[in-house]
Amino acid sequence: MTQVTMTVNGKAVSGEVEGRTLLSTFLREHLGLTGTHVGCDTAQCGACTVHVDGKAVKSCNMLALEADGASVDTIEGQANPDGSLNAIQAAFQEHHGLQCGFCTPGMVMAAAALLKENPKPTEAEIRHHLSGNLCRCTGYHNIVKAIMAASGQDVAAVAAE
Amino acid sequence: MYNFEFVKPKTLEEAVAALSAEEAQVLGGGQTLIPTLKQRLAAPAKLVSLSGIEALQGVRADGGVLTVGAGTTHATVAAEAGAYPALAALAGNIADPAVRNRGTLGGSIANNDPAADYPAAVLASGATVVTIAREIAADDFFQGMFTTALNDGEIITAVKFPIPEAASYQKFEQPASRFALVGVFVAKYADGVRVAVTGASEDGVFRWSEAEAALAANFAPEALEGLAVPAEGMIADLHGSKAYRAHLVGVMTKRAVAAAG
Repeated sequence: MTQVTMTVNGKAVSGEVEGRTLLSTFLREHLGLTGTHVGCDTAQCGACTVHVDGKAVKSCNMLALEADGASVDTIEGQANPDGSLNAIQAAFQEHHGLQCGFCTPGMVMAAAALLKENPKPTEAEIRHHLSGNLCRCTGYHNIVKAIMAASGQDVAAVAAE
Repeated sequence: MYNFEFVKPKTLEEAVAALSAEEAQVLGGGQTLIPTLKQRLAAPAKLVSLSGIEALQGVRADGGVLTVGAGTTHATVAAEAGAYPALAALAGNIADPAVRNRGTLGGSIANNDPAADYPAAVLASGATVVTIAREIAADDFFQGMFTTALNDGEIITAVKFPIPEAASYQKFEQPASRFALVGVFVAKYADGVRVAVTGASEDGVFRWSEAEAALAANFAPEALEGLAVPAEGMIADLHGSKAYRAHLVGVMTKRAVAAAG
């Protein structure tokens, strides 16, 4: 076992892990942060998306020890300081961007990464950016609407109803 | 996944020393290796991560050559390889954004997946693969599906891409994996045209020399009329037959020439 130390949602954390311990496993099983979901476990579905040093990564496809010393942000750290939903989360609620909700933590983290780089993405840019996040319920349209809304854009412009 | 010892050296020298151990394996961005370990298709005793080595990072254009550190992520190449736009575009369309934030150039070409994007760019550019021991021409580097000229423990440090006059990479995506069902990279240089095809052949990435000769005489999609690669030796799977892939090679080459202008 090896000591790993990182900052998760602004708080310093550490734990003892094996070489093979995945970042997703460390977050969920060592820290109890089960908002990060493990869907496919093959780095295709994106439900486990978190930010490492500000960049979106699939936490089921990264070793915990690779994140030693890094700053990690998960869905648990996304709400506003007063506990209310942040703009992206509120837009997902408002525009019904989820049904079963399993993919939603990854969708919100992917959206947050996109809007940080590209504050006013086009619909096509949003869809391209979400290519690694699979949703089996919504058909994506409401997710795209939510991200358009969260970026302060007109959701009526989104094509499919 | 079986357990292993994990080490993350800060220098190439430390990495080389760590790799001299029995059953040691290099870890690049891990976007292929970690799923492989989960499947228990590999079981190294020790993983040597290269992500902490500063010397493997960065993109630099100098004298008509773009040098990319082997540890540079696809996202960084997409953002910083403006001197070679076709390469930046290729890097920005590998897999998905989260994978591009981890996956590296060195990892991709060392793995030499027959449907990976980067091998097409490296081969079509006539690039030079720089390792800790030597420089390897792209034509010698790729030696068939998942096979390269690398020796055990030989770390790729950088790839030097001669910047072409015009180039384009066109990928027909397998929509679930976003790997290339067929991808064609066309690069036009003062002394000729190079065409490299990925995703199609059972021998991995290859050059289509007939197309190169035709395009050297006339760099236009029409120059490819009547040319076709043989279906024999193409990959056949549930996504496409040999004949389908052979057909796509012609289509994607034309598209690449048209896009390169």
